[in-house]
Amino acid sequence: MDFRLTEEQEKFRKEARDFLEGEKKQKLWEPSIDSWIMAYDPEFTKRVAAKGWIGLTWPKEYGGQGRCAFDRLILTEEILRYGAPAACHWFADRQIGGSILKYGTEQQKRELLPKIMKGEMYVGLGMSEPEAGCDLASLKTQATKKNDHYVINGQKTWTSGGKYMNYLYLLARTDPTVAKHQGLSEFIIPKDLAGITTSPIIDITGNEAWNEVFFENVHVPKECLIGKESNGWRQVMEQLAYERSGMERIMANYPVFEGIIQFVKETKRDGKPLCQDSVIRNKLAQLKIEFEVGRLFMYRVALVMDEGRAPEWEAAMSKAYATAFEQRLANTALEILGPYGQLAPHSKWTKLNGMAYHAYLSSKGYSLQAGTTEVLKNILALRKLGLPTG
Amino acid sequence: MNLSFTEEQEILRKFARDFLTSKFPKKVLKELEETESGYSPEIWKEMADLGWMGLPFPEKYGGTGMTFLDLAVLLEEMGKACMPGPYFSTVVLGGLPILDIGTEAQKQEYLPQIAQGKSIFTLALTEPSGSYDAASIIAKAVPDGDGWVISGTKLFVPDAQVADYILCVARTDDKAKPEEGLTTFIVEAKQPGIGHTVLNAMSGKLCEVVCDGVKVPKENILGQLNQGWSGIKKAIDRAVVAKCCLTVGITQQVLDMTVEYAKERKQFDRPIGSFQIIQHYCADMLTDIEGMRLSAYHAAWKLSEGLSCAEEVAAARAWAVQAGERVIGLAHQIHGAIGVAMEYDLHYYTRSLKACELSFGGADVYREIVAQEMGL
Ligand SMILES: Cc1cc2nc3c(=O)[nH]c(=O)nc-3n(C[C@H](O)[C@H](O)[C@H](O)COP(=O)(O)OP(=O)(O)OC[C@H]3O[C@@H](n4cnc5c(N)ncnc54)[C@H](O)[C@@H]3O)c2cc1C
Repeated sequence: MDFRLTEEQEKFRKEARDFLEGEKKQKLWEPSIDSWIMAYDPEFTKRVAAKGWIGLTWPKEYGGQGRCAFDRLILTEEILRYGAPAACHWFADRQIGGSILKYGTEQQKRELLPKIMKGEMYVGLGMSEPEAGCDLASLKTQATKKNDHYVINGQKTWTSGGKYMNYLYLLARTDPTVAKHQGLSEFIIPKDLAGITTSPIIDITGNEAWNEVFFENVHVPKECLIGKESNGWRQVMEQLAYERSGMERIMANYPVFEGIIQFVKETKRDGKPLCQDSVIRNKLAQLKIEFEVGRLFMYRVALVMDEGRAPEWEAAMSKAYATAFEQRLANTALEILGPYGQLAPHSKWTKLNGMAYHAYLSSKGYSLQAGTTEVLKNILALRKLGLPTG
Repeated sequence: MNLSFTEEQEILRKFARDFLTSKFPKKVLKELEETESGYSPEIWKEMADLGWMGLPFPEKYGGTGMTFLDLAVLLEEMGKACMPGPYFSTVVLGGLPILDIGTEAQKQEYLPQIAQGKSIFTLALTEPSGSYDAASIIAKAVPDGDGWVISGTKLFVPDAQVADYILCVARTDDKAKPEEGLTTFIVEAKQPGIGHTVLNAMSGKLCEVVCDGVKVPKENILGQLNQGWSGIKKAIDRAVVAKCCLTVGITQQVLDMTVEYAKERKQFDRPIGSFQIIQHYCADMLTDIEGMRLSAYHAAWKLSEGLSCAEEVAAARAWAVQAGERVIGLAHQIHGAIGVAMEYDLHYYTRSLKACELSFGGADVYREIVAQEMGL
């Protein structure tokens, strides 16, 4: 065992920090929480792309950097630490590129991967439907093959950042005659195809977090199919493992952690700094311990990926643990802020730019997206521990 | 021991539930939230006609002559309906302290105005320190001819934007110990020198109130000069217990909604409520809420009977804050994504629950009081 990072990795971390520090100094963006899923800034994405930092792990022959998953973890850790607006490219970089590499045709790789790496292709995730949440395989959106294209009809919902995306990943039913898991296929399609319409859904923080996406006789060229027809379920399971694997599962609201630590150092109550209050020290120390354990979970997941294996149960465990941590962090920050915790971002008198307020509300969704905590525990029980399905 | 409610209380509860359900559908909540006043004067008037504004005040002051325990029942229902508006501010923060320590003249002057729904009251206690202890009050009142002049900034004042009167706590002797130099004044809210800003808060209307040379006649001192703290402490106790009762109502409604949802929402061809883990979550929520209800009513009963109750108040509060967070967390988990969308109703409860928890001191403060009461 060796918990050290290599010299090169330390250097890479520093390079990432220097880049982000420079951006922050120039005030190119406001640090924010949930920046990986809520802060859409095509210009930032293009600057990250110019560094070669989108598709960092993809093979050199397709224009990637051929680096390991651990390096990507370091990069994403720093982006989240700074709360930089990385949402445009996040999904494509985290999971879509990998799917294309594994299941795509040579032509798809040559065409789509460079677009993602240039920071021009923003892919929304079209999995969930109104009646298909945890039971994703029961989805109803149809893709019917006709000559050289598919005709799509149906509806997706909860498409994060739908408003900003120019492509959609789509899981749809190509064969309604077989068992529900067996008739599904994956597509990546431009969002501006005729017959696609969207409508906003506002989340508990008041932001347009999602879109509903409607498909009415949408003609999709057969070249948009990813992998084998009706092999979609197997393919998407692996993609979901990557979706759950990321550092954002523990650092989505990390700026709140730094913010509250600074706050207790700078704020006096009853004449002494809050950081000298034993209750507050106790709470923050507890969070720090939990955070460091969670970080190790995350690192292990990256190492599993570097072994070339989809981190199925490892990511299920780390995501369930870490999103609960993020919820406790947000709640503890509110508790420490006391009455100030109620003040929204931009309100007069608000503290930490209202980040704790926002984090508390948005964190309720963390344990739902990308596999609910219950589903993840099912995975641990059934696939890792081998318990019977009943 | 008897843990059941009287027939009168049951009637009050049933009536309040029907009234509030019909008056405050979610459409109305949304509309009111978007107004600056945050309440509906028409419904306010109806509630006054029902005797709710004067519920805990004696009949000789125009009240209904009921008790704090009766009020607790009404507050629970108000929480269940997520009722917006200045009821808590007016009756709990304004009226009860006047009944408690006001002079006969003050009671005769102000309590009927409250009972008739004519005047809205609130309490300006907290300051930018965000603390609820005596030392953190630095707004000052200095003698001026026959009265006093108040200057300072008060924060997190609920409903000041619609208040006719503000009970304002100020320091009148800065040489004495922190607890011995405070005085509470009944201040006309719409007079020159008072400015308010409505803050953008999670739920309800909270204000910054800036007093800049506000004149108050000496008859408007509530309680004794420099000895205001004991009255304030009692007001905080009542406020905290009232918040616990609101929390009971909020979380009960959250559980009702969640159970209904778990019966209807199907995944894997069966209602999610048929999964054992969801059943256990609901059972945990129920247990938390029942604990909250018993401890809240225990404290309310002690207050109502005038018994000493520091420990009961603190225990009820600490439990309500922690159990409330567990309940709302599970409710969101069971609802899936729809629960974090504005188009669904759960967010009203999430936000108002959290706002209840964040005013008047959190679980840590009250756990410490329990420790002290234990003799630690
Ligand atoms: C912030 C956020 C972003 C999202 N972004 C996207 C996106 O970009 N693209 C996309 O396609 N979707 C997205 N989603 C949707 C997400 O994938 C779903 O919320 C998730 O799959 C759960 O589905 P549901 O919300 O319909 O809940 P349901 O499936 O209705 O579940 C409700 C409750 O029942 C429990 N339950 C269900 N089945 C079982 C079982 N077998 N055993 C035990 N318990 C069970 C669940 O765990 C949950 O507690 C997002 C959701 C959120 C909150």
